[in-house]
Amino acid sequence: MKQLLLTARLDVAESLRARWFQVYTLVFGGIVALLFAFGLTESRVLGFIGLSRLLVTYIQLTMAILPIFVLITTVRSVAGDRETGVLEYLLALPISLGAWFWGKFLGRYAVTFAPVFLAMLGAAAWGAFNGIDVPWAMFGYYTALLAAMALCFLGLGMLISALARSTDVAQGAAFLLWLALLLFLDLILLGVMIQGHLSPEAAVTIALVNPLQVFRTAALALFDPQLIVLGPSAYVIFDLFGADGFRVFALAYPSALGLVAASAGYVIFRRGNLL
Amino acid sequence: MILIEHLVKTFRRVRALDSIDLSIGPSERVALVGSNGAGKTTLIRCLLGEYVCDGTVRIDGFDPRRQRAAALARIGFVPQLPPPLRMPVSQLVGFSAALCGVEPRRIVAVAGQLGLDVEAVRARQFVSLSGGMKQKLLIAIALGRDARVLVLDEPAASLDPEARRIFFDLLAQRLDETTMILSSHRLAEVSALVNRVVEMDMGRVALDDKVAGDIAPDIRLPCRIVLGRFEPAFVKALDGWEFAADAEQRIWHGEIAGPDRLRFLGIMSRYTGLVISFSLGDDPQ
Repeated sequence: MKQLLLTARLDVAESLRARWFQVYTLVFGGIVALLFAFGLTESRVLGFIGLSRLLVTYIQLTMAILPIFVLITTVRSVAGDRETGVLEYLLALPISLGAWFWGKFLGRYAVTFAPVFLAMLGAAAWGAFNGIDVPWAMFGYYTALLAAMALCFLGLGMLISALARSTDVAQGAAFLLWLALLLFLDLILLGVMIQGHLSPEAAVTIALVNPLQVFRTAALALFDPQLIVLGPSAYVIFDLFGADGFRVFALAYPSALGLVAASAGYVIFRRGNLL
Repeated sequence: MILIEHLVKTFRRVRALDSIDLSIGPSERVALVGSNGAGKTTLIRCLLGEYVCDGTVRIDGFDPRRQRAAALARIGFVPQLPPPLRMPVSQLVGFSAALCGVEPRRIVAVAGQLGLDVEAVRARQFVSLSGGMKQKLLIAIALGRDARVLVLDEPAASLDPEARRIFFDLLAQRLDETTMILSSHRLAEVSALVNRVVEMDMGRVALDDKVAGDIAPDIRLPCRIVLGRFEPAFVKALDGWEFAADAEQRIWHGEIAGPDRLRFLGIMSRYTGLVISFSLGDDPQ
């Protein structure tokens, strides 16, 4: 445990010094600041007002940015350490591979989730201070959703890092994965699949294998509980899970996917050449 | 202390190590030499448990793959090229000390002996230090703990003569209880430190020889050099060796660390035309 915490602390300190982290923090802090600046808390659209609108917009933007940020920075860090000899030296110190891998995972999780959460927390604090009604239930669920999303993509990033032997390959693979998930995010694509005589259940199931789609749908469900914007897909989702079931699924599935991917990455890392 | 049996390491279809058998006992100091691609680095990485390999590797009875923490707690490692660590010096010292279970001040003390004031550079990133400072710190981390095996890859290459002399002294203090593996491209760099030479070629042990050394690593050899005339280039070459000269800068006196004598003779050989008298050790030569 001591080794794990030492590694986690080392990774946190490394990240805090890294330029990617400064940009990352600036992006999420900047998004919230911009949303405030554009008066999203003041506006009323389709009966949707106050801080909840800001949070909805924020989470939509986060979903576009966070996965690629987490994937690229994770694989760059781990594969880069391997290429430059950092790993050769640090792993010659008496540390177990489990402590190193999971310590790295823990540290990176903290630094990827913290700025996103703190930006949102800052918005809520600002809202509370100015007497704007803060939708705490929505805030809590969005926090959990963001935590699950960070866990999911960090796990996938660690798996890619364990598989790829060079930074270039790791970055390419991370980018391709993100692109593939984006492509299957398109509901039009799903429509085409259904037109091609794929059963709606199968099409929706394929869509919900994609963690990005799960996040997006869960975020939509908070202000559109009937998922009207999804059209007939909503019926399939509610038939499969029910409204509450889907909310739980949207947290549990990506988290499990991230942990399974990270565990697979650990097994590959432990069994193969470390360098 | 170190047992290697039938060690084979293959990268795709290339055999980097081809059935290596080595047994290295306590207090043996082995020069691991060989050209590029001979398999020295691969062998070291197998010892450190960083490669999966066939055969047996044991450090004090521990498998460096399956019992990593126990095996690596016994090894102090200095890589040939310092890793580009961005962490501050203080954090590297703290992290290494915590993992190795020693007080950071022990590492700081060894670094101080080598001429590196850790306090003065504690906030600087490791990667921003000079080559010599990095090497001193890595040596301090390896020697500032109770390692029973030292694996040193070209350890003195970036050190100035004074730091090298202290480094040899520090190694000399551990001769009886520490097994050392010193890897180098050139035997001359490490020959005076070792009592056994293992030469590798194409992934095999090409030579495994005991070397009877009469000069201890911590011995000092008095040296006297008389030049035919003053030469600024010669003065520059002696920079760092802590020699003193007469008023005309023609007669020079100093001391050479025993293990550094071949290196020093190599430098002197460039000025053969200038040197009219040279003595090293007690007997003029």
